[in-house]
This record gives sequence, C-alpha cells and structure tokens, in this order.
Amino acid sequence: MSNYQIISHDVLVIGAGGAGLRAAIAAAAGGVSVGLVCKSLLGKAHTVMAEGGVAAALANVDQRDNWRVHFADTMRGGQYVNNWRMAELHAKEAPERVKELEAWGALFDRTPDGRILQRNFGGHKYPRLAHVGDRTGLEMIRTLQDHGIHQGIDVHMECTVLRLFTEGGRIAGALAYERERGRFRLFRCKAIVLATGGIGRAYSITSNSWEYTGDGQALAYQAGAALQDMEFVQFHPTGMIWPPSVRGILVTEGVRGEGGVLLNQDGKRFMFGDIPENYRSQTADNEEEGWRYTQGDKSARRPPELLTRDHVARCILREVREGRGSPHGGVFLDISWIQRKLPNAREHIIRKLPSMYHQFKQLADIDITTTPMEVGPTTHYIMGGIRVDGETQSSTVPGLYAAGECAAGLHGANRLGGNSLSDLLVFGKRAGDYAAAFAKEHKEAALDPAQIDSAAREALAPFERGSGNEGPYQIQQRLQNNMQDLVGIVRVEADLKKALDLLEQLKDQAARVGVEGNREYNPGWHTALDLSNLLIISEAIARAALDRKESRGGHFRDDYPRSDPAGARYNIVIQRAADGSMRLTREPIPEMPADLKQVIEEQK
Amino acid sequence: MSTPQEPSASKATFRIWRGDRQGGKLVDYTTSVSPGMVVLDAVHQIQAEQANDLAVRWNCKAGKCGSCSAEVNGMPRLMCMTRLSELPLEKPVSVEPMRAFPPIRDLVTDVSWNYEVKRRIKPFKPRAPDAEDGTWRMDQGDVDRVQEFRKCIECFLCQDVCHVLRDHRLHEAFIGPRFLVHVAALEMHPLDVEDRGEDLRRAHGIGYCNITKCCTNVCPEQITITDNAIIPLKERVVDQFFDPLGRLMKVFSRREAKP
Repeated sequence: MSNYQIISHDVLVIGAGGAGLRAAIAAAAGGVSVGLVCKSLLGKAHTVMAEGGVAAALANVDQRDNWRVHFADTMRGGQYVNNWRMAELHAKEAPERVKELEAWGALFDRTPDGRILQRNFGGHKYPRLAHVGDRTGLEMIRTLQDHGIHQGIDVHMECTVLRLFTEGGRIAGALAYERERGRFRLFRCKAIVLATGGIGRAYSITSNSWEYTGDGQALAYQAGAALQDMEFVQFHPTGMIWPPSVRGILVTEGVRGEGGVLLNQDGKRFMFGDIPENYRSQTADNEEEGWRYTQGDKSARRPPELLTRDHVARCILREVREGRGSPHGGVFLDISWIQRKLPNAREHIIRKLPSMYHQFKQLADIDITTTPMEVGPTTHYIMGGIRVDGETQSSTVPGLYAAGECAAGLHGANRLGGNSLSDLLVFGKRAGDYAAAFAKEHKEAALDPAQIDSAAREALAPFERGSGNEGPYQIQQRLQNNMQDLVGIVRVEADLKKALDLLEQLKDQAARVGVEGNREYNPGWHTALDLSNLLIISEAIARAALDRKESRGGHFRDDYPRSDPAGARYNIVIQRAADGSMRLTREPIPEMPADLKQVIEEQK
Repeated sequence: MSTPQEPSASKATFRIWRGDRQGGKLVDYTTSVSPGMVVLDAVHQIQAEQANDLAVRWNCKAGKCGSCSAEVNGMPRLMCMTRLSELPLEKPVSVEPMRAFPPIRDLVTDVSWNYEVKRRIKPFKPRAPDAEDGTWRMDQGDVDRVQEFRKCIECFLCQDVCHVLRDHRLHEAFIGPRFLVHVAALEMHPLDVEDRGEDLRRAHGIGYCNITKCCTNVCPEQITITDNAIIPLKERVVDQFFDPLGRLMKVFSRREAKP
C-alpha cells in the first residue's frame, strides 16, 4: 500500500453539492475528523444549477401551510411509493434547515414584512419555495461552502472515488484518484457518506453536467449495498431545445410559477385538456383562475402547467408526437403574454427570472419578455438510488450512508420541484449526524491490500490498451443514445429488452476501451473510468423499468399505461448476487402508521 | 472585434494552448461548426474527435457554475457563453488558459490560491435574531444591494484580468476583485456585525486596487464590481482609519445602528 498516498478521516463524505456539504458540516459538528471529496472544484456541483427554490412549510406567505400539507403533497407527487418516514421527517425538518441557512448568511427574497418570501411550484398546494430570484441553488451552495470552510473540514477537490472497500461487511475505506496528477489516494475511514448526485449522463438529452455518471449508486452497489426505485427517472418538462448545442439545459419551473403558459403550435394551452383525476379538485379549470393563482390569489386553484413534472413532460411529448409541436420539436413556453396583465411586465420578468432572461438572450437570441421560448423534456433527476433507512440514511452496508439525489425514498415515483434542495439539507444533516455517531462507536477496519491493488490495476488498464482501441467518448455516446431512445420517457417491453442487449455489447466495448496521453488531468481517461458506473446504473434502470409492469410517476409504460394499485405496495430493490449478476426483488412497503394515513385522508 | 457573422455548417480553426507547468504551445485544430455553437462546444468536439486528452474544466454549460473560464481571442470569457457567431471565424480562434494562475494542463489552471484566500476572510457573523423564533426581518431593498454581489459564480475572470495579480503577481498582498466583492457582500449584509476594516486595509491589500474597472468589464454576471463593491469598501477604510472626526461620529451612530 506504499504506492498510495494514504489519508485518514473518521468520516469521508463523497460529493460536495448541497447534501455532501451539509453532511460534512453536520459530521464536523459531531466532533469527528471529516474529509470531503469532490469531483470538480468546490462550489461547482449541480446544486449550483437549482433555480426555483427550496420547499419548506414556513407558512410565511400562506398561513394555511404546515408540515402535514407538505407531507401529503410529497406523497401524492410520489404516488405513494415514497419512504413515508422520510417524507414525514422532510416536511417537519425543512423549515428549521432553511432558517439555519439564513443564520449562516443566505439572503432569500423577502415578504413585505421582511420574512423569507415563498413562491408557487408544481405539486405544492401553497406557495412554499423559499428562493433567490432564479438562482436559489447558487445561494444555497455558496452559503454552505462559505460556512463549511470554517468548520475544520479537509476538502479534496477534483478527486474521484473509484472503489469502496469493506472489511467484515463494514465500510473500511475508498480508493480515489486526483485529477491534477492522476495519482491514487487511499482513504481510510470509519464511515462514508455518499452524496454524489444523479445519473443524467446516461442520457443524451440532460440538464446534468459531465459529473453525473451514477458514481454513488454504482459504488454502493459494488460494495454490496441495495439500490431501490431505479425505474423512476425524472424528465423535466422544460429544457431548452434550440440551438442544438444548448439542448437539455434547464428552463426553471419558476417560469410557470410566475405565470408562464405552455402552448402548442396552434397557440392552444393544451394542459387544460389533460388533468389527472387525483389533481382535478386542486387545478384551475379556466385561464383566468390559473393567472390569479400565480399572482397570489388564495381562493384560486393552480393552473395545469403546474401539475407534476412527469405528467407535464408526457403531455408535451404527446403534442410533439401528434404533430402539434414547435418548429424544433418541442412546445412553446410563453411568459411574455403577461404584458397583457401587468403594466411593467418586462421589468417584472427580468427581476423574477434574471438567469432565464440572460440564458435565452445569450444562447438563443431570444428575448423572453417579448417572445415565447421553445422547450422540451430533458433528463433531470433520478428518484431512485441507494436504499437507506429513513431515520439515519444508513445503507444496507454498515458505516455506509447516502443522502441527496443518490439516495432513494423521499420522492417515490416522482419528485416535486423544490423538494430536492430541502432533501439535501434535511437528509444531508441526518446522514452526517449518524455517520459521525457511527465513527465514534467504531474503530478503523482493516484494508485488504489485494483489493486495493486490483482496483488500481483496473483503473490503469485503459492506458495499457492505448488509443486505437475503442474510444471512451464514442462508447459513452452510444450508451447515452441507447438509454435516450429505449429507456426514456415512454417505455415498452421490446425496447427495454433491446436496451439490455445493447448494454451487454457496450460492456464488452468498455472492457476494451483505450486512452492516449498520460495520467495528468486527462479527460479521456476520466471518461473511460466513468463508463463502468454508467453501465451499472443504466442496467439497473432498464431492468427495473422492465420489471414494473404499470405506469407510475416518472416511469411510463406504453404497454401498461395505467397504474396498478398493487404497484403502490412495493419497491423494486436491486443487489449484486454472488455470481456478480444483478438481482431484482420486490420489497413490500411497510404499512403507514395510522396518524400519517389520517394526514393523507385529510389532505385529499 | 470584427463584424459578427453567423457560422454556416462549415469549418473553423481553433488555436488551443496545449501544455503543462513546464510550458506549451498553440496547436491548431479544425472542426465543423454549426449555428448556435459556443466555444466550449467546439473544444468538446475537438476533445472527442481529435484530442481525447485535451484538458478543460466545465460543468453546467449555462453560465451558472463558472468552471470554463479561459481567454478567447485574448478576452477573458466563459467558454460556454461565448457564441461562435460573435467571433470572426475567417481566422483561427485562439483559446488559452487564464494567465493570472499557474497552468496545470492545457486550458486548466491552478486556481487553489482563490480558495485559500477565501478562508482568510472573516466569516459571516449575524446579529442576534429579531424574532423569538430565531429569525430575522430584512427589507428587500437592503437585501437587493447584497444580492448583486452574491450572484458571483466564482469564475475568477475578474482575478485573471486584474493587473495587480496578472502583471504584478501580488497574490500574497492583494485578495483581488472576487474577494473584495465577497468582503463587500459580508460587510453590507444587513445582519452582519463583524468588522473587516483592518483586514481590508492590511491583509487584503485594498489599496492596491487603482480602479481601472477591468474586473467589472469582464464579469459574466454583470456585477458592478468597482463602483458598487470596491469603492464603497475603500471609502469605509478611509472613514475608519484616516478620518478622525468621521470615526468619532461613527462610534455614536454605530451604537444605534448595530446592537
């Protein structure tokens, strides 16, 4: 093991977005030594992209809001396959976590009486999202970062974890490489928190950056932990679609929250034509009522554009497929129409949606205050991930915790906008707290040099094969096209089977991948190393999607378009079998306690 | 810059700096370009097709994370927000790393100094909460002023273009425009009660800034760095250390303003 730089921490946090930073802060407060590893520079993780806001029932804008309503909204949005304990804790603790950010320097937009302002968002009954214009994620990650750097946390920037090690079934450490020199770092630790985010790079159209290759999910799976709900991928309804180079970049739901409407090429607000039964009583049935809702009229119901993301994405896809789409294969999102309602509409739009205004102006030559945007669905988020205990965020491997997007449970089959930032805070803190407690109760486990050497050898193999072999970018692109075409928004059995066959071929190709150059900051090598994670999570998504023969939330089967009541009673759980194959089981969802059932009934 | 033109489905040449700490050279790559492309797209295309090991930082591709800073035709820019249609494509487009920081490889520079500087700045320290539930009341007008500074995406282009850092290499004595904006955000935060005046004057070296506004000109977030952040901080320093009468007045006014 002398070949590796060895670093010891009590708790190692992998990933430095909102969840990782919050976990590291919590673990440090627990009095243990903490290392924080991030794939990019600190402060660049995907949290920075979050636009709309952080959901918390502060009841600053509408006093009728409380944790019960937030809990029921989250469960309804997730179509009842959520981990109800997580949904309960999340709804109860989110307000405290948001206030804590303010104590650390965050500056949210204000109500007229000086409190934190909250805005409307899809699936939330009341205005619930604390926000800063449309750059809430930046505010949040910067606040956590600026607070975190004074808590005695060791930050390892531009460092990627390749493998987790266990000893006697318990977590023992991790092997990583640092990008700058390409050297290996061996972390010894008593507990690990995975906070690596999502899997968007498994698809060709995505809002996610290069980092999101399912690292945490794949690392946990390889370490023997269980994954859950991998079939539930969120396709955000509004991504940019033109010009081609910006395809997939997110257009915040905040546009619709501020009164933006979705139109097909005939100028029709098609969302009014398809309102699901379980949302009908909460949804406006005319344009005027929808407008009043966005302007804060408490007696009005929300416009259908603010239905859940899975539903809106499918409606857009339907318009396009049936020939009513926009010129570049999407639909129109129009906020400029509010000039018919507001005297100072242009200033209002620029003030409320500054990033969107600049994004379209600079990248697409479109002034959103005068011209409708063209939008279409983009792969945004995975509800599934590492199976965790709702209370502690512990995975099925002792000492291994997970929080944020890479963990499963809170969001069930579909995540509500705004529930991600609050998820990061609530469960980042919990994971950090419990990981620190675990680290205090346990000694360092031994590391097996043979396992480490083998992981290191595997990582260097692409250099030995050299260029001239399969190129890493080409394999990644094939995988992305495969998932986009066959395991996307609308799925059918034949496609899913075909996708699994293609994944087998891609595994062979990935085993032959070769790279040129040396180990110093070599993106070709990094892309090659990410392939194994992408392959694992892509297979997990495709297998789970094949197994769930119904439609629910983010998972829509064209051959089983309805939801099956039995489908609400289990989660699909995936683990690695002894022979290395992927094993799926349907695990029953535990019975919800009577008091929570009652909350759901009350809020129907 | 010459007249902007929309590139047709044709080819353009990118003159990219390839090298490491020891040195490097500009290498020409010709690649196909299409409407709407940004410089980062071209760099990625070259990376995927011609130079797999071409090192470049990027994340969001939407001007929100500040990772892909570089010098495009000599101008400090975010590559993801620089459209090819803004550039004259009849001659090679040069793409070079930021020059105020040591090179690591190709377009990637060692920006770790910035992270060290931030740790040296006294962190946020709020006044006691205004309400019994531990929360504060703030006016949107007061918040607006600071929100401008908090838009910063830490791309470090302002640091790159600052003469004090770029030409005079005074990294030890001067924290640079990014961190003066950071200090301004803290000092003007409606809740903050920390005093950073002495640090600004000595450790942070605010006197080195001679207000040429180069930083303001390159800020992709359009933060009015010099006028709104640095000049008010300079005035504070002057008030605090070089104006005895004003200082006396402040002692009284502070008693009322800040508990």
